[in-house]
Amino acid sequence: MSANSLQTPRLVEVRKNVLKQNDVVARALRERFRKAGVLAVSLVSSPGSGKTAFLEKTLTLLYPRYRVAALVGDLATENDAARLARSRAPVKQIITGTVCHLEAAMVQNALEGWGLNNLDLLFIENVGNLVCPSSYDLGEDLRFVLLSVTEGEDKPLKYPTIFNSADVAIITKSDLAAAVEFDETAAKRNIQAVRPGMQVFKLSAKTGEGMTEFLDFLESRRARLRAAGA
Amino acid sequence: MHELSIAMSIVEMAQEEAERQGSARVQAVHLRLGLLSGVVKQALLSSYEIACEGTPLAGSQLLIEEIPIEVFCPRCEAPRPVSSIRWFCCPECGTPTPTVLHGKELEVVALEITE
Repeated sequence: MSANSLQTPRLVEVRKNVLKQNDVVARALRERFRKAGVLAVSLVSSPGSGKTAFLEKTLTLLYPRYRVAALVGDLATENDAARLARSRAPVKQIITGTVCHLEAAMVQNALEGWGLNNLDLLFIENVGNLVCPSSYDLGEDLRFVLLSVTEGEDKPLKYPTIFNSADVAIITKSDLAAAVEFDETAAKRNIQAVRPGMQVFKLSAKTGEGMTEFLDFLESRRARLRAAGA
Repeated sequence: MHELSIAMSIVEMAQEEAERQGSARVQAVHLRLGLLSGVVKQALLSSYEIACEGTPLAGSQLLIEEIPIEVFCPRCEAPRPVSSIRWFCCPECGTPTPTVLHGKELEVVALEITE
C-alpha cells in the first residue's frame, strides 16, 4: 500500500457546472441572434415524428417572404438537408457522427460564414432523440418539442425532462389523428402535467391544417424580438 | 447516451483542478445531479469508470448527490418539491407550477484529494 492511500483526503471546493463550456457558447450565440434580430428556434422529438416534413413545410411557406435558414442535425447522411433545400431556403447539415444530440459549438461552427444580419428566422433541427438533447442549450430563443399523433398520448409522461425543457409543443401529423384514434385531450393533459402553461399547436405538414396559426405565432415572436432589440 | 461525454468532461475538470492543487491525486469527485438534468445516475457512474481509465483519476470515485426537483408555487408564494417528475404541481394546494428552482444541476462541487 502506498503512502498516498493512507493519507486522509483533503476536500477542495470546486463548484463548476459540468456543461459550462456549452453554456458559454450558447449564451454567446443567443446574444448574436438577439443583436442580429434573428428568431432562433430549435426542434426536438423522437425519430420519425415528422420534424423534417414539418420544417420543410414551414420553410416553404415562409420563404421568400421571410429570410429563413435551417441547420439540421443527424448522426449520418445529408438526406434531410437535401429534402429541406427543396424549400430554396439556405440549409446546412450538421453530421454529428456518433453524438446523439447537438451541442452549442456545433451550431456555432455550422454558422461560420453565414451573415446572421441577413436572416429573420433560423431553425435548428436537433437529432431525433427525446433524451440527450434536453441537457444542451443551443442558444435558441424557443425550443419546440414535436409529438406525432401516431406516437401515443403518454409520450410527455415517458420523457418529462425534454418536454419540461421545451417552450412550445407541436402535435404533428394531425391528418392521421382519426385513423390512430388519437386522444387529443389526454395528450394535452399530459403535456400540461410536465410543463404547466406550455403553448400547444396541432397541425399537419401534409394537409396544411393548423399551419396558419403556427406561422402567426412565429411572426408574433419575431416581431417581439425585433421590438425588444430596437 | 450522452453520459460518457459528460463523464469525460467531469474527469477533465477534476484533472485540471488537481493540477492547480499541485498535481494532487484525486480520490473522489463530488457531483450534484438534478433529477431534471437529463442525465441518468447509473449510466453516469458506469461511464465515469470508463472515462477514468488510463487517466490519473483511474480508481477514483464519483460521489453523486441527487437534487430533487423544487418549484415555485405562485399561489403559496413558496418553494415546493414536486411530487413527481410527471406532475409539476404544488403538493400543498395543487396549483400547476412551471417555475423550476432546482433540479437542473449538473455540477462538480468538490474533490477529495491527497497530496
